Amino acid sequence: MEKFVWAFIIGGMICVIGQLLMDGLKLTPAHTMVTLVVSGAILGGFGLYDDLIKFAGAGASVPISSFGNQLVKGALQEAQKTGLVGVLTGIFKITSAGISAAIIFGFLSALIFKPKG
Amino acid sequence: MLQGHQSWIFKSKPVIIGSAAIGGPFEAQGNLAKDFDLLHGDIWLGQDSYEQAEKKFLEQACETAIKKAGLKKEDVQFFLSGDLINQIIPSSFTARTLAVPFLGIYGACSSSIEGLSLASMIVDSGFAQNALVGTSSHNAASEKQYRYPTEYGAQKPPTAQWTVTGAGAAVVAQQGQGPRVVSATIGRVIDMGLSDPFNMGAAMAPAAVDTIEAHFRDLNIDPSHYDLIATGDLGKVGHRIAGDLLTKHGLNIPVEKLTDCGILMYKEDQPVFAGGSGCACVATTTFGHLLNRMRRRELKRMLIIATGALLSPMSYQQKETIPCVAHAVAIEV
Repeated sequence: MEKFVWAFIIGGMICVIGQLLMDGLKLTPAHTMVTLVVSGAILGGFGLYDDLIKFAGAGASVPISSFGNQLVKGALQEAQKTGLVGVLTGIFKITSAGISAAIIFGFLSALIFKPKG
Repeated sequence: MLQGHQSWIFKSKPVIIGSAAIGGPFEAQGNLAKDFDLLHGDIWLGQDSYEQAEKKFLEQACETAIKKAGLKKEDVQFFLSGDLINQIIPSSFTARTLAVPFLGIYGACSSSIEGLSLASMIVDSGFAQNALVGTSSHNAASEKQYRYPTEYGAQKPPTAQWTVTGAGAAVVAQQGQGPRVVSATIGRVIDMGLSDPFNMGAAMAPAAVDTIEAHFRDLNIDPSHYDLIATGDLGKVGHRIAGDLLTKHGLNIPVEKLTDCGILMYKEDQPVFAGGSGCACVATTTFGHLLNRMRRRELKRMLIIATGALLSPMSYQQKETIPCVAHAVAIEV
């Protein structure tokens, strides 16, 4: 039960940061998203993001910052196996499911639905 | 004839012999629904794109205005039109359909009144017996053009405005029955350094105030001359700023006399943020609702000040501020 509470609080806090970036600093949605992804990547690089996920569960793994963490994680894991070139080949390894799903489901819904404006 | 620095007096008082307003589903739920000639339940109008739908709105507005003026397409001598889409394609493509000599204009949301001023001048000077003015905007097309496609789902702050989906058109002629255009004031471009495309009302308010002041100064009249003074699409935020600025500059316009088309258009409970905007906001409100009120003799003299934010997506991305313009036209019956 405690985990649910922390997931709610940490996940909510990441969203609050995003909202503050848009409303306070007037960042565009794209800039806000990139800022969160890069922050997640930096935290992941220092090995801190996985601790956050252990602590807050989906509160940390669902927000877009988790995507940055996964990018770095994939690159580092592959680099350990195959050397420097692994940074390039591994970067989308973990995240490929998410990216492919976005493209495929985006394509399918574009086929079926018409935007209402 | 030039009066003062930037105003024109039309001696012959060109007559608006026919006018039309076409709207979309959101407008149909608004305050002015009964003043539209035609309301559509769908923003696509059976077309393949929003831009094509906007052209359809404009075509229908022009056809209806011509019909109400008792004319045929071939009788129209000149067509002046502008809109918000790149290279004003809804206007140009409507002109292709109409096959009438065409002047494309661009004044963003001030296009309708810019067009009405120019059409009145053409008719007043005797260069034509009549001229057609039109303008259009489309909510989804404008979002795509200026901000984000609505499908992208970007958030909007409460200062944002809702672009009116629709089109307005009017036929101005030397002779006939109807409200008459008596004067116009052409505005300067004013830039107070605002750069937020989600707060156009605040950016445009100083331009509206500048033109209103110029109008009264040039014509040497005061606000009591008019029954109604309506700005184009300042919305709630810009309307309040304009009211404050006017008071500060010593021009006291009674609250009930100063209104804004962006506020008139929608009902309080519609999710339109600070109010309506877009070329069609002032065009449909004026060519529909306000001219109807004049024809019913509820209003005798009114001043319409259409405001336009002259930004482009490029200028916004390059972090430029938003220059604004406002043009005023006085109509009486």
